[in-house]
Amino acid sequence: MSASTPATSPSGTQAPTRGGFSRWVQRVTSGSTWTVYALLIVVFVAILVMNPSFGEPMSIMAFLKKAAPLIVLAIGQYFVIVSGEFDLSVGSLVGAQVVIAAKLIDGEESMTWPVIGLMVLFGLGVGLVNGLIVTLLKVPSFITTLGMMLVLYGAIRLWTGGAPTGSLTEGFRQWGRGGLPDTPGQFQVPYAVLITVVLGVVAVVVMRRPFGRTLVATGDNDVAAAFSGTAVWWVRTRAFLFSGFMATVAGILIGGYAGVTAQVGEGLEFMAITAVVLGGVVLGGGRGSVVAAMAGALTLDALFTLFNQLSLPSTIRPAVQGVIIIAAVAYAAMPRRSRTAPPGAPSSPTTPAGVPEPTVPKEPQPAAP
Amino acid sequence: MRRSRVLMAGAATAALLFTAACSTDVPDAPAGGGETAAEAGEEASESGANSEWFVQADYDRQLAQRTAVPEGPAEQPWLQAIDPEYVDTAQYAKEGGKKLCFSNASVSNPWRVTGFITMQQQVEVLKTSGEISEFRVSDAADDDNKQISDIQAFVEAGDCDAIIISPSTTATLTPAVEAACESGKPVIVFDRGVNSDCMVTYIHPIGGYAYGADGAEFLVENLEPGSKVLALRILPGVDVLENRWAAADKIFSESDIEVVGQEFTGGDGAKIKDIVTQYLQRGDVDGIWMDAGDGAVAAVEAFEDAGKPYPVFMGEDELSFMRKWQETDMTALGAVYSNFQWRTPILAAQKIWNGEQVPAEWVLPQSPITGEDLDAYLEANKDMPSLHYAKFGGEDLPGYPEAWTNR
Repeated sequence: MSASTPATSPSGTQAPTRGGFSRWVQRVTSGSTWTVYALLIVVFVAILVMNPSFGEPMSIMAFLKKAAPLIVLAIGQYFVIVSGEFDLSVGSLVGAQVVIAAKLIDGEESMTWPVIGLMVLFGLGVGLVNGLIVTLLKVPSFITTLGMMLVLYGAIRLWTGGAPTGSLTEGFRQWGRGGLPDTPGQFQVPYAVLITVVLGVVAVVVMRRPFGRTLVATGDNDVAAAFSGTAVWWVRTRAFLFSGFMATVAGILIGGYAGVTAQVGEGLEFMAITAVVLGGVVLGGGRGSVVAAMAGALTLDALFTLFNQLSLPSTIRPAVQGVIIIAAVAYAAMPRRSRTAPPGAPSSPTTPAGVPEPTVPKEPQPAAP
Repeated sequence: MRRSRVLMAGAATAALLFTAACSTDVPDAPAGGGETAAEAGEEASESGANSEWFVQADYDRQLAQRTAVPEGPAEQPWLQAIDPEYVDTAQYAKEGGKKLCFSNASVSNPWRVTGFITMQQQVEVLKTSGEISEFRVSDAADDDNKQISDIQAFVEAGDCDAIIISPSTTATLTPAVEAACESGKPVIVFDRGVNSDCMVTYIHPIGGYAYGADGAEFLVENLEPGSKVLALRILPGVDVLENRWAAADKIFSESDIEVVGQEFTGGDGAKIKDIVTQYLQRGDVDGIWMDAGDGAVAAVEAFEDAGKPYPVFMGEDELSFMRKWQETDMTALGAVYSNFQWRTPILAAQKIWNGEQVPAEWVLPQSPITGEDLDAYLEANKDMPSLHYAKFGGEDLPGYPEAWTNR
């Protein structure tokens, strides 16, 4: 570590006084949750400058309704990433769920709820398979879920003969499309937003409970977690179950939002991972907050809205996502302490989620005169 | 530990990016076109269409073909041909049950799925009559390399009595098609073309310029001068789709219509709805032009959800859009890229085996569905599912309607 870390002692001069402002700057630039909130505000202000009508309640609600599925996916992805794994199968799973729903419901209103129930079981089943393969067969999650992504992609095309068939009912679609009060064209609070808020609250509560603590500890150091009595395989499998469930909800919301098309779900796994990383959650696990991951999803969607306002072609999206992933990972890997701590001061590693990092050796102090 | 974590994340990121790049550049054009990339690259015109994909001669020819009276039976448009030049096929005449081989680019979109069902049903007819003993199909799943080896396998097997090819891309597949021609078996190419005329017949509807022009002219006629049109496109750089836009771009630029934007959507309903919603937040949109109908309903819903009046709309002859059109009674046009062309290669093979003449370039009619025809087409297709194409042309086949409804 020390070889690649130049002693940047002059940076200590940036914070001659430990005032409120410099502390704020420290927080915002710390690569933690504060960075994504600051970024979110900047992007929103930029959109509002470009297009003041974006600030109208109806426009904001339309934006949130559109962003809801990605936020839900980001919650699921957060659970998996913070536990030290990946889930690349969620995009394919969303696509599969929408296609399954359209084919099985096929316009029959009475089929709506049974099929939704079946979708939840299918989503949990996929999560369970992912989790057990990763934890019991010791296949790296990157490979497991990449394989699952291809399996789902291929199986759905095999099953439908290449392209989706059937149609969704109004009862199914209202969750992604409708809202309260139920008058299209007027101001309404979309159901999708309400569902997302509920799931977000549930996720926050779960992360504050012992399961959440164990999940983070497992992601940080699974050996230490195992020695301290954690059933690592079951903790991680549950993370994949969460992810499968969230992908199912996202599928219901996306199917409701825009109906069934052959391309639904494509590339969503990368969107979700980008969102989580943007939220300051560390790839490899152990650090990050779920609220920041949700904010990351919101920021990513806002960023694409901004690009649209700037008339940038939508084909630029993958490139931007790539830059974000690299930049966020590089940023998270930068040594932080030396930028803000005065020379010679005792170091205290910044850990965004307040989780101590027992495995990181203390970096050598800049040579104090 | 920390170092290894960073390395792992870095490796994962690289893999992610690599996969992301792969997943976006697959040209899944929903339909084919009669133009070739090489043609389109040459002599780029400056006349209104500011596109390198615009070829004035092709544009003029296709627009003229729209009003041409095709030869052949009016009730069987899949056997009609516009301005045909017939070639002799006596050397391919063959008795008894024949083996027919088909190299398909893919069935990766509803248009191709619908067409392939029609094709299989037509094959069933000839199997029943004993003219086809075996129908062998290779699906290349939009992969050029796979399709090249598929065609090679047919040639090397040597027992195909005719080879039908629906090329995945134009330039890359040309040598493979030429190799198939050299094997001495009759080769039939349909939908997208190749840079060669070695095949016995090349079957395609009028083409992309006509498709794009139908919609653009409709919008210009039905909108007030100064109206705003949003163009929704699938992907850049696919010749068959670029031609549709090039024609529309030319017509819009010569009219008083303002094109407020052209956006690439990948045909994804969620993206389409998001983009249209954003345009509506910034100002009114009076018309929508689409280079393919995938996700058209999502665009219409964006107007509903924003509480805006329906635009003048160019969609396709896909049924979920046509049903939405009837339900909302909006001013719309269902552009058609004749799906019934999937029947024609089978019937062409039959003619070739009989030693009958076939057109060297078999241009099938292609006419859009207007508001006047809408109810009749929906009535005729009332049992058909969404994502089925109204002009599929299989109503008289014995498997109708179950083969298309139970897909």
